[in-house]
Amino acid sequence: MDATILGAAVINGLLLGGSYALVAVGLTLIYGVLHIINFAHGSMLMLAMYGAYFLLMKAKIDPYAAIPLMVAAMFAAGYVLYRGLIGRFSHGKDENILLITLGLSIVLENVALFFFKGDSQTVTVSYSDRMVALGPALVPLPKLVSFVASLVLCAALAWFIARTDTGRAIRAVAKERHGARLVGIDVEKIFAVSYGIGIACLGAAACLLIPSFYVSPSVGHLFVIVAFTIVVLGGMGSFIGALVGSLIIGLTESLSGLFLGEALGQIGISLIFILILLFRPTGIFSK
Amino acid sequence: MPSRKSRFTRRKFIGATAAASVAFGVPTLLRAQARPIKVGLVHPITGFLAYSGGQSRMGAMMAIDEINAGGGIKSMGGAKLEALLGDNQAKPEVGVSVVEQMQEAGVSAYIGCFSSAVALPATQAAAKYNTPFVIDVGASDNIVNRGLKNVFRLKPGFNASVDDGILGLGEINKAAGNPAKSAVLVHEESEFGTGTAKLLAAKLPSIGIEVKEVMKHANPTRDFANLALRIRGLKPDLVIMSNYQNEYVLLARTLHQQKVDLVSMFSVLGGGFNYKFVKELPDVAQYMIDTNHWFDPTNPRAQAMKKRVEAKGDLFTFEVYLSYNAVKFLADGMERAGSADKEKVNAALAASTWSDHFMPYGPTRMVNGQNTGGKASIQQASRTDIEVIWPAKFASAKPVFPKPKFS
Repeated sequence: MDATILGAAVINGLLLGGSYALVAVGLTLIYGVLHIINFAHGSMLMLAMYGAYFLLMKAKIDPYAAIPLMVAAMFAAGYVLYRGLIGRFSHGKDENILLITLGLSIVLENVALFFFKGDSQTVTVSYSDRMVALGPALVPLPKLVSFVASLVLCAALAWFIARTDTGRAIRAVAKERHGARLVGIDVEKIFAVSYGIGIACLGAAACLLIPSFYVSPSVGHLFVIVAFTIVVLGGMGSFIGALVGSLIIGLTESLSGLFLGEALGQIGISLIFILILLFRPTGIFSK
Repeated sequence: MPSRKSRFTRRKFIGATAAASVAFGVPTLLRAQARPIKVGLVHPITGFLAYSGGQSRMGAMMAIDEINAGGGIKSMGGAKLEALLGDNQAKPEVGVSVVEQMQEAGVSAYIGCFSSAVALPATQAAAKYNTPFVIDVGASDNIVNRGLKNVFRLKPGFNASVDDGILGLGEINKAAGNPAKSAVLVHEESEFGTGTAKLLAAKLPSIGIEVKEVMKHANPTRDFANLALRIRGLKPDLVIMSNYQNEYVLLARTLHQQKVDLVSMFSVLGGGFNYKFVKELPDVAQYMIDTNHWFDPTNPRAQAMKKRVEAKGDLFTFEVYLSYNAVKFLADGMERAGSADKEKVNAALAASTWSDHFMPYGPTRMVNGQNTGGKASIQQASRTDIEVIWPAKFASAKPVFPKPKFS
């Protein structure tokens, strides 16, 4: 194997992992605090991607400039969804939350299908085809931006959780919700805030993905299944686990694609998933 | 303190889970209107082929509406066609399930399935009841090669399309002084891509083009960067693709971004080669060449239908006019059969010499369910449009071959 191709494949894999990171970080946050798997994660990503798409097509707002707007909008959507639907109808039962998010994903996808049709949409921005030489690889600028932005946003999120009062409250609720309630934390509000932040990550992810990827009503599946694997691999609820897991999965996908052929590239991901379940079911960074 | 005891019992949990799995995995069957001759449309309305399925359904519905507005099937006392709308979700098992459900609903004939992988088992399921099945899109030759008496296809399949593509590519290459001497084939993993690539690999040497490598990819594929790297390393003159819409566009875009210099990018039945591609990514689409089913640009009815589709804000993609013509072909058979009796309709379709279509074909001539009168043409994208470049009889532009280099 040519070292140049191998080097380029490693870089491509890391960049690919970067784009998975934001989806996975949101998912792991929601799991860490609410202890539920958010089945609506893929659909919310799809919704955010349509948001970024329409902001560009209708309002001519560049996807990168739209990040603050989409993060705020998706936070609000997540918060309201939790307060108005998930929290209200779950009656405190985890399995109810599972079913509600599952139902939500079906509704969202079909509503998207109704309004946007099954058509996939692709956008072209001035920098879509701009390439940057990165060692042996020629990488599209949007992918590099997406990778760097993912790292920055993950770091910002980690800082927020570690240093702010809301972050401390989130950690308290994640660890011991009854204790948190006893010291005066509004647990329901923290649930909604956490869900909102998890969904807000998707707002950023959508803006970073749209310059180099297509959007369709089923696009969420493409990322969310990988994100589930990453969350399990990294340790459910662990930020650093989600980030490192994303990079490992990106690398695995890229290298197994290179060595086994693109048709078998996904095998690497499934193999890692099985190995993790066998030898460290709680994930790499679990406590 | 009042406890908020959950009323979510195990029974409810199982019920809700079952409801969710039904919503995910079981096809939806909607009845459009209650009228006599039921025609089942078995297209992928959701899933990764949803766009193509939607386009197919639109074409079929336009034909049904037109036939009904024109007085229905006259030999059957003006019986109207009623569409049963099915969603095969691009999954073979769901396609079979849709066929069975429609059978229960009293269907007289099927139109479908866009994907060969679904068409193979779906036609077989329909064969149990001898119900006529007209393939609108679905290129695998195995669909018509299994001796099923109820299966008919108007357009050419893999073999004929590949033969036309090879013939055309050979002529275009020769006219340009044979700049293309080698090729890398990239195909999707299912029946359509694998079958096309296999045929191409066997036939390309006959026009002096060496196949350097055949690369298979999964559906869906999120990233083609590595594949582009391998292609660049192999330095082929041509990249020949056989894949569906999303992967076709993503691969073309990646090769364009990576500035892989080629004599041309060529495809046979390229899933993403359409007006939408040209409109959304003109720089990527420019100079790409595809062998495909194309309407006869000289036929005024084709142009009129194109305008009608575009007036609705939709694109006149091959799915639209192939499904439209498939329904018209079926209706002609029913008209001549004078009955919805399955045996009679099958016999009428097998003996069809229908020429009231707007494809660049002659009258239909069915051999084992395959119309041997069908022919594919070769198109090339410009920055704004798609032009027919082969055969010369229908050509609206000259080929740009080789395409300009990036440097």
